[in-house]
Amino acid sequence: MSEGFAIDVQGMTKRFGDRTVVNKINLQVRAGEIYGFLGPNGSGKTTFIRMLCGLLRADEGKGTCLGYDLLTQSEEIKRHVGYMTQRFSFYEDLSIAENLDFVARMYGVANRRQAVRESIKQLGLAGRQDQLTGELSGGWKQRVALAACLIHHPKLLLLDEPTAGVDPKARRDFWEQLHQLAAQGLTVLVTTHYMDEAERCHRLAYISYGNLLTHGTLAEVIARARLTTWAVSGPDLPGLAGELRSSSGIDQAVAFGTSLHVSGSDRAALQSAIAPYRTDKYEWHEIDSSLEDVFIHLMQSSQDNFAA
Amino acid sequence: MTRHSPISLARLWGIVVKEFVQMRRDRLTFGMILGIPLLQLLLFGFAINGDPRHLPAGIIMSDHGPQGRTILAALRNSTYFDFTRQLNSEAEGREALARGDVQFVINIPENFTRDLIRGERPAILVEADATDPAATGNALGSLSTILNEGLSHDLKGPLTFLASNPGPIDLRVHALYNPEAITHYNIVPGLMGVILTMTMVMITGLAITRERERGTMENLLSMPTRPTEVLLGKIIPYIVVGYIQVGLILTAARYIFHVPMEGNLGLLLAAALIFIAANLAMGITFSTIARNQLQAMQLAFFVFLPSILLSGFMFPFRGMPAWAQCIGELFPLTHFLRIVRGILLKNNGADAVINELWPIALFAAVMLTIGIKRYRQTLD
Ligand SMILES: Nc1ncnc2c1ncn2[C@@H]1O[C@H](COP(=O)(O)OP(=O)(O)O)[C@@H](O)[C@H]1O
Ligand SMILES: [Mg+2]
Repeated sequence: MSEGFAIDVQGMTKRFGDRTVVNKINLQVRAGEIYGFLGPNGSGKTTFIRMLCGLLRADEGKGTCLGYDLLTQSEEIKRHVGYMTQRFSFYEDLSIAENLDFVARMYGVANRRQAVRESIKQLGLAGRQDQLTGELSGGWKQRVALAACLIHHPKLLLLDEPTAGVDPKARRDFWEQLHQLAAQGLTVLVTTHYMDEAERCHRLAYISYGNLLTHGTLAEVIARARLTTWAVSGPDLPGLAGELRSSSGIDQAVAFGTSLHVSGSDRAALQSAIAPYRTDKYEWHEIDSSLEDVFIHLMQSSQDNFAA
Repeated sequence: MTRHSPISLARLWGIVVKEFVQMRRDRLTFGMILGIPLLQLLLFGFAINGDPRHLPAGIIMSDHGPQGRTILAALRNSTYFDFTRQLNSEAEGREALARGDVQFVINIPENFTRDLIRGERPAILVEADATDPAATGNALGSLSTILNEGLSHDLKGPLTFLASNPGPIDLRVHALYNPEAITHYNIVPGLMGVILTMTMVMITGLAITRERERGTMENLLSMPTRPTEVLLGKIIPYIVVGYIQVGLILTAARYIFHVPMEGNLGLLLAAALIFIAANLAMGITFSTIARNQLQAMQLAFFVFLPSILLSGFMFPFRGMPAWAQCIGELFPLTHFLRIVRGILLKNNGADAVINELWPIALFAAVMLTIGIKRYRQTLD
């Protein structure tokens, strides 16, 4: 593996017709790391993951996945990768056990029957193994899918929005498990829209309109954004937000519960912009920018740059 | 770890098992597997089994002796013929046939009785509108028996010698409009080929497109499965299905339609294997070409219709123009029809069968190769 990177790709590009959906993305993911991949819908996350596991041919770019060449060794890559698709894509007309058994056969898992039995037990699916997966709820489908992705003991997990539509308790359990697996050396690349999940990742990347806008640890991503944020509370916050958004020096004003987060990349300009509103009516104080502030900021500036 | 490892039997078997389970759960497909042969046998069976009687017939009676009347009575008693028209000349008879007023014209010539008793074997001319051979087949088939039995009452005493070979009369049958009268012996074995073509191509035609439409393809492709394994894995379960259909049709042929089974059934089953595989290969290849299930169906019909029309099932193969015969030779059905009819009706042996079998095998190999080449290993 190249210098301990489970994923090491450069210049990955994918076009559909004349639309560039993934644009020259470089990404390095260390072995044993949970890497969060964020970005608005349609930004190219799924497309990028599909290129990693050989489901789509990259138009440009090169690199390695688990040390195997992306372009020539996709067979080996498939053998050691577990890919959980965004949409449930196991056979709904097969039972849980039948699906697991099928996957185990495809990967040539040793002691197949036992592996299936254990996987069912581990995930707390015992007693339901003969239920058709088509009849399961979203949370259970997600558990089955994860179990199936893990049955061949992959070295790299690619999870595409694995927790979309799953309740908070199940999400928390899911992330517990990811961290346990990572501790055992498994590398995980996971896409998500949830900020709390993003914050649980060792490292993050943010992608928009196919462009990688930022990446690094949580602290690095926030620091690199150089965003100043003030929280304000008081009467008629929506009205205030409308006024603030139109003043220069303020990039965004976003409601968070009972307060408003007002952010700008130019600290001095932001302060002079909010000065007229710092009256007795409102209570202002400066806060650390949150990941969400940063991502909203990234999303807005990328829209300005790339949409047209 | 080579990039070109041979196919894995374990993975192949895994796909076979999965397909079997899915087939068992898919009521509609399962219904199609049993329903289509039953329905077709039933539909064709009416035409075949229906032994039409009381067919309109015209008579040209130029004889005035007792034996002429005997003949007429015998024909009437058989209930095959209803004499609806008295005709005066052959020309008038032809006209009635052409208009479809009558199905048969029976001509008993002048001096029939006299010539019969003299042992001169007078001719009885029967002209039949054989456009629909199923309608006339049975009547014509039993004609000589009807006539001979009818006359046998008259031919007693000194006339007994007339009943011996070559028989008292010279029966001349003219089947008009469709000289190569196909009988049900021909149709039921042919039906085996037609039913197999239809169901096998349709079932596998859906195999790959269904995975695409349900989104399971993304998962399948992300696993280290090879195209050959997927395609073969989807073909093998349906060979069993094909054999179930063959069994169904053979049973019906034997016990409902009383088709003679002259030949070697083992040989027939072996040939059927190749034929089934060829159709499955064709279906799976359509499946790799089609974008969705509807397109796969359309492709299946695109081949199914010419197969039926040009294989010799619908129309006598030798009656077709040369170009149509050339196209017909391409279809597995054409060759399989010859094999089935050859084995069942003519007791053909392996030599004759192999002559028709290799084109089918070649077809299967070509189709499978195209399928494997066309099978997209990415979602592009
Ligand atoms: N097979 C395809 N053909 C054409 N366009 C596609 C295809 N797959 C994805 N796209 C487009 O590429 C863009 C990125 O999609 P996707 O990778 O699914 O984004 P994300 O997963 O981040 O929501 C979208 O605009 C989508 O419509
Ligand atoms: Mg996506």
